[in-house]
Amino acid sequence: MEASLQMEFWRNGPQPGALYNFPGSQIWNQNEPTKRTLYPSVTGTSVLGLKFNDGVVIAGDKLGSYGSMARFRDLSRVLKVNDQVVVGASGDYADYQFLSEIIEQRVIEEECLNDGFGYTPSSLFSWLTRVMYNRRSNINPLWNTYVVAGWENNAPFLGYVDKIGTAYQAPTISSGYGAYIAQPLLRDALEKKPNMNVKDAIETIDRCMKVLYYRDARSLNKYELAIVTKDGVEIRSPVTSQPNWEIAHLIKGYE
Amino acid sequence: MASIMTSNYQPAVSAVSTGTLSQPDWLTSELSTGTTIAAVEFDGGVIIGADSRTTSGAYIANRVTDKLTKVTDYIYCCRSGSAADTQAVADIVNYHLNFYKMEMGEEPLVKTAASVFRTLCYNNRDSLSAGILVAGWDKRNGGQVYTIPLGGMWTRMPVAIGGSGSTYLYGYADANYKPGMTKDECLKFIANAISLAINRDGSSGGVIRLACITKDGVERHVLTGDQLPKFYEDS
Amino acid sequence: MSSIGTGYDLSASQFSPDGRVFQVEYALKAVENSGTAIGIRGKDGIVFGVEKLVTSKLYETGANKRIFNIDRHMGMAVAGLLADARQIVETAREEASSYRSNYGSPIPLKHLTDKVSMYVHAHTLYSSVRPFGVSCLIGSYDATDGPEMYVIDPSGVSFGYYGCAIGKAKQAAKTEIEKIKMKDMLCVDLVKEVAKIIYIVHDEVKDKNFELELSWVGEMTDGKHQLVPKNVFTDAEKYAKESLEESDDSDDEDL
Repeated sequence: MEASLQMEFWRNGPQPGALYNFPGSQIWNQNEPTKRTLYPSVTGTSVLGLKFNDGVVIAGDKLGSYGSMARFRDLSRVLKVNDQVVVGASGDYADYQFLSEIIEQRVIEEECLNDGFGYTPSSLFSWLTRVMYNRRSNINPLWNTYVVAGWENNAPFLGYVDKIGTAYQAPTISSGYGAYIAQPLLRDALEKKPNMNVKDAIETIDRCMKVLYYRDARSLNKYELAIVTKDGVEIRSPVTSQPNWEIAHLIKGYE
Repeated sequence: MASIMTSNYQPAVSAVSTGTLSQPDWLTSELSTGTTIAAVEFDGGVIIGADSRTTSGAYIANRVTDKLTKVTDYIYCCRSGSAADTQAVADIVNYHLNFYKMEMGEEPLVKTAASVFRTLCYNNRDSLSAGILVAGWDKRNGGQVYTIPLGGMWTRMPVAIGGSGSTYLYGYADANYKPGMTKDECLKFIANAISLAINRDGSSGGVIRLACITKDGVERHVLTGDQLPKFYEDS
Repeated sequence: MSSIGTGYDLSASQFSPDGRVFQVEYALKAVENSGTAIGIRGKDGIVFGVEKLVTSKLYETGANKRIFNIDRHMGMAVAGLLADARQIVETAREEASSYRSNYGSPIPLKHLTDKVSMYVHAHTLYSSVRPFGVSCLIGSYDATDGPEMYVIDPSGVSFGYYGCAIGKAKQAAKTEIEKIKMKDMLCVDLVKEVAKIIYIVHDEVKDKNFELELSWVGEMTDGKHQLVPKNVFTDAEKYAKESLEESDDSDDEDL
């Protein structure tokens, strides 16, 4: 249905720069290859996810970067889909808005039917993998990484899909820069304490967000946290962690 | 390096070399409103502002451009990026909103206008070069500013700046914007911002165009010559 | 209808010599065979009530509901051919979805009513289609515009109402609705009156069994259209039955 609702650029008119059908003229220069999104513009950095004993938690900061400029400092990248599913997104923010509006409409359609069925984490995840893989197969990817978190069959769910359609589920997930910095920390924390409770999970995530704030130049010390348990979804925003700059006092000179 | 080793004549204007041919940039560059635009919400309306320079490369194609473009009686947009693209988009939105007004029998919301702008900018993101601020007043939510930067995202902001000149303004805007400013304070804030950007951005210049949109409609101002706000260098 | 037949009633695309379109009038008859549906607009929202006739004890309870969600903020109660009604509901949902995707906000009720009316009306113009045997009540709530309600007929005309009834006992129901000072009433109290009216107009002799359906949209539901909660439903039904018994008792005394 999405396709039929898209607004035409100029109804009944020619492409911008082209003319109305002019007898015998070549309308469009076919010698050049078609260009698709070659780079993202407003972007969000890492999203982290961590399963714990009776739920799952994900987090993403509130920054929308414009290249290296910290242009939007209060954007939300965590979407509550329903009472058992949340999605976090990194990458191009316009693409995230595009997809989240589609998800929102589909959720409304589900709600309208009022038959007790709705998106489960795994069904939304499955759908997302198809959307992402389809778009990349049409050489027009959505420039995002999505982290799906939820509660299903009395167990936490955590999944990852990226812009080329790669998808997997894991007890800890990080996208973007977080894959380098936070992922080892999350795995280490989970290995040391395999049966975390909510408090442990939130503390672990907070520590990772703090380290990312220290080491990711596209991050912000203001983030959004979503906790999904059997009781539903709780979104905390904004959360600010306390950074520690004490070591600066120990440094003099560069040798 | 090349300029050191050769005695060839160097044109005063910067040049683009295409193979063996060398042309002045204004022959090949797209007309663009390399611009400064700004908008701010206040209780009861919005203030928008822009410089008036349109350039083609380093050449000033129009020194008195109007970048504050009407889309309905209560909604304007501030255009930055390609002049052709943003004019085309503004015209299309104007058409859609006129149609909307006739069909619905009431003024469209600012959010509605922003949504139409966004859809066009997002769906054509690979062929458009357009950074647009949508600002206006509606009876539901009062004065509102939406920003639609290059990739076609949209978000509402109490204060927004755009165009090439805006890079020089983030510090000014962050330090001087205060929530709850009056209309006159907002006018002063925007005029200062545009003036500062004109001084530092080669692609911004000319006069300052300002507009105030409230429930009573639009009230426009132009600041020329010695009316431009002055700073330490000039006093 | 004295002039049934006479050859002018075979097509919706043909007038009779006295300027009527019989197919549309027959569609109205189809609506009048259906169980009653009423809607009342109170101070803080809209309440819908439906007398859903159950023609066999073998049916599962709760099947073939006649109140539908159109969008989060909008609901529809129907009378007439249920299958036709579902087609109208589908159209309405598509209009709501399309508006949201184009303009980024929920569709105003007046606009949706116009669109659905046009769709219904289009089915009164051609020989190749049959008019819809359906009348529908559409209601919505919005914090700025407040509660609104419209009724659409098989002919494709629509009107706004403070209270209206469609179906079998619409005349009796309208008489009852007129006794209510709905402009000063809140939905929590209107629900009871709506239930009562459905019980009053139900003809126990001709139609033995029925299920009561109640829904509302307004401040109390945070602007969402939904079936009334179980406890509200039970209270309303109890109130309806008790006031019926009371009036029966008083009738006896009079005799």
